[in-house]
Amino acid sequence: MTGIVVTVTSGKGGVGKTTTTANLAVALAERGQKVVCIDGDIGLRNLDVVMGLENRIVYDLVDVIEGRCRVRQAMIRDKRLPELYLIPAAQTRDKSAVSPSDMVHLCDDIRQEFDWILIDSPAGIERGFRNAIAPADIVLVITNPEVSAVRDADRIIGLVEAEEKGPARLILNRVNFDMVRRGDMLASEDVLDLLAVELIGLVPEDEAVMIGTNRGQPITLADRSQAARAFRSIALRLMGEDVPFEDYRKNGNFLKKITNLFKQGGG
Amino acid sequence: MTGWLERIIGNKNKSADEAKERLKLVLIHDRTDLSPSVLEDLKNEIIEVISRHIEIDPDKVKINMNQEGREQRLIADIPILPARRRRAR
Repeated sequence: MTGIVVTVTSGKGGVGKTTTTANLAVALAERGQKVVCIDGDIGLRNLDVVMGLENRIVYDLVDVIEGRCRVRQAMIRDKRLPELYLIPAAQTRDKSAVSPSDMVHLCDDIRQEFDWILIDSPAGIERGFRNAIAPADIVLVITNPEVSAVRDADRIIGLVEAEEKGPARLILNRVNFDMVRRGDMLASEDVLDLLAVELIGLVPEDEAVMIGTNRGQPITLADRSQAARAFRSIALRLMGEDVPFEDYRKNGNFLKKITNLFKQGGG
Repeated sequence: MTGWLERIIGNKNKSADEAKERLKLVLIHDRTDLSPSVLEDLKNEIIEVISRHIEIDPDKVKINMNQEGREQRLIADIPILPARRRRAR
């Protein structure tokens, strides 16, 4: 087994990197894949809370790199799935504690044991970003259909290319299809036209994401929401399946009303 | 309420279109590190060099940035004045 290293990055903060990392990890693990996530945001760790594993941290990424523990000891197993692990970031250190070559070595050490190594990159274009993309085989750039996020995504895509880690693949997250229909939100076609990259995921804005994060349960663990379906499709595309993109525009208000009705009813 | 009225009348530019147009320009400058003023200087210098050899109409010179995939291309459209008119002068 030779694991594929996938780095999730964005440039701009708050576009959904951590949520995406957690949900892709869950979706891949659901498919029987052996997955480990690494939180690359040293000093601002969050993947642990989003996955609901924050109470089980003993060692972290910096402990591994500085030799205070073995990699295995720092891996927290997510008991909800057979083969899903998290290596949390250190909270009391900063990005300078880790170098790009540390990340490459770490990934090379664990590659044989996993199908997928997912790295949640910090926002920005500095050291933390470079650490996160150094070992990457595939780089996923997350953006929202919003001017500042698209602009930053363009910058990141350029940097990924310059580091010879390209071409990056794009996940357009938090799309409000009602607003797209009204002409008040960039459509995926517009964003792809501007950024000129391949789309691998189109994730609708979905309240379920917030609820899942509140509970420490990535929505992909439960079955129902639209966003969960979108994350599952991305996982399948990573695994090489040809999954068509859903045309949310056709669904219109009608389906949304129906699903809202079910959501209220189902509590 | 004004939203749909404006849409029916059709005089309101959709905000998504505006976002796209603005982003298009911003991305050109981000990718090439060329500001509009540098582009203007470039244009003037090109006109000057070309005018040394052939007669052109400086007002009709167009220099634009084109996007092809993730590559930027500088496209210059420089109309040359017809030879007849040149002789007549």
